[in-house]
Amino acid sequence: MDFLILQSLNSISFGMLLFLVASGLSLIFGLMAVVNLAHGSFYLIGAYIALTFIKITGNFGYALAVACLVVPAIGILIERVFLHRLFKNELAQVLLTFGFIFIFQDACLWIWGGVPQSFRSPEILSISVSLGGPLKFPVYRLFVIVIGCLVALGLWFLIERTRLGMVVRAGVDNSEMAQAVGVNVSRLFSVVFALGVLLAALGGVLGGPIIGVYPGVDMEILLFALVVIIIGGQGSLKGAFWGSLVVGVLDNFGKALFPELSLFSIFAPMAMVLAVRPQGLFGAK
Amino acid sequence: MKFSLPYLLLLPLAIILVLLPTVLSSYSISLITQALIFVLFAMSLDLLVGSLGLPSLGHAAFFGVGAYTAALISLKVTMNFWICLIAGIFSGLIASAIFGLLAIRAGGSSFLMITLALGQVLWGVAYKWRSFTGGDDGLTGIAFPSFGVPWALNRDSYYYIVLIIVSLMCVFLAIIVSSPFGLTLKGIRDSELRMKALGYNVVLYKYSCFILAAAFASVSGVLFVFYNRFVGPSDLGIVLSAKGLLMVILGGVGTLWGPAFGAMVITLMENIFSAVMDRWIMLLGIIYVLVILFFPRGVIGTIKEKARGN
Repeated sequence: MDFLILQSLNSISFGMLLFLVASGLSLIFGLMAVVNLAHGSFYLIGAYIALTFIKITGNFGYALAVACLVVPAIGILIERVFLHRLFKNELAQVLLTFGFIFIFQDACLWIWGGVPQSFRSPEILSISVSLGGPLKFPVYRLFVIVIGCLVALGLWFLIERTRLGMVVRAGVDNSEMAQAVGVNVSRLFSVVFALGVLLAALGGVLGGPIIGVYPGVDMEILLFALVVIIIGGQGSLKGAFWGSLVVGVLDNFGKALFPELSLFSIFAPMAMVLAVRPQGLFGAK
Repeated sequence: MKFSLPYLLLLPLAIILVLLPTVLSSYSISLITQALIFVLFAMSLDLLVGSLGLPSLGHAAFFGVGAYTAALISLKVTMNFWICLIAGIFSGLIASAIFGLLAIRAGGSSFLMITLALGQVLWGVAYKWRSFTGGDDGLTGIAFPSFGVPWALNRDSYYYIVLIIVSLMCVFLAIIVSSPFGLTLKGIRDSELRMKALGYNVVLYKYSCFILAAAFASVSGVLFVFYNRFVGPSDLGIVLSAKGLLMVILGGVGTLWGPAFGAMVITLMENIFSAVMDRWIMLLGIIYVLVILFFPRGVIGTIKEKARGN
């Protein structure tokens, strides 16, 4: 029973972390039809920047702020200078983002080295709470769950209840029509790309104390995020949320129960979804 | 068939390739052997990307499945090359038959995403299933296989074996692309709806093409494992898949010979530069960006366009 409760909470906190990354990926894909393969790299850079600033200032909040400013700035640069020129050429856009995986990977290796590193969560959150009896759970993971839910609510509000969200939805449905009625689609793409990258960076900073930072975490996170949006449905916020929870649960229990074949625990459901409902659980046809 | 320029170039090219070992050092020959193997890999991917317009980011999965199967057979069952080759192709067929069922209904970016995820799952299996695949240490100690021929073959003659098999496969691929089957694929690429209306079973054609491309990729994987004497998870991961797409794009999507050229260039560059510089990975990333910005139609594609313009 204790095993079940602890693993469930772990699953949810990992799922919420995935949601941060996957919702950004899904948002970018939904609007721009670009599979941003460098999404994991933005996670990686966010985590490394936070690592450095925590070493310098010792303050988690500053580090979070810096990462959430710098990484989206890099994202906007890439969107404006490179992706923008390849408008509507999806294969070229995807491969371009793949090129940036290599560039960022090597740059991070150069700057931060290849040794896996980790940083501590903020002081007030570095404690455990009792869940009744001898059962204890780290507060920081609960904090991640809360942040994930808040971001989900915020994104829902942004997309469904604001003018910007309305324009984004119009762009997702039909970007040419949106352009024809006066939406500046080009600027919209930059805004959404930056928002997506911001979410990846946020994931990186919050994920640092849980999974650490090391070369290769970029590809791991990218794979998880891809599976999330394949299961949940491409371009769907709701799909990213439930998909993340599903993948979080499957991965945690898979790792705990069948360590050697843990990836099958996310593969099998993904294959099932693809076979039965190719557009994903919440995807529009 | 009309004899266009590429076909006229083939004969001298073949003669040069056959005579190369008499002039070049064994290191250079080993490099070219590797390049030839990736020529086949890139051309097999072009069958899918070029003829059908379906960009796969999981094509290395079939290369890797072929390589792992050949390695396991040669380590545990028999050292006969032909048995390893057939087993490799067979497992490539099975893997692609399963992956194809899941991926083939998607188009464009979704296809890319799904093939990437499926390929990475296989990578994860190779990485984690230590007792079977050796985990991240991979499978080592793969001996030079026997070919069941009366001549004594050694490592130096492997170049010729690769040359013969790759050439045969290239001819096969060229025939497939210009056959009624290949032309149907191009029709589907250009207008799926019209081909459907004409009564073609579009999904079946796409599925067959996916499996066929995978079979050729697994042949290159088998050739690679006896060349490299080692197979590890990176031989079926996204890095190789994306490198395949880069080769295809650098040469020119859908030109078949272009990707062969792209494979040669990328393989040789990788071997030469990664030996002399630390930041090869970054350079490779920059090459991706530059190729996509400045050679979107590839080298052969650009030349063809110029020729048509004149």
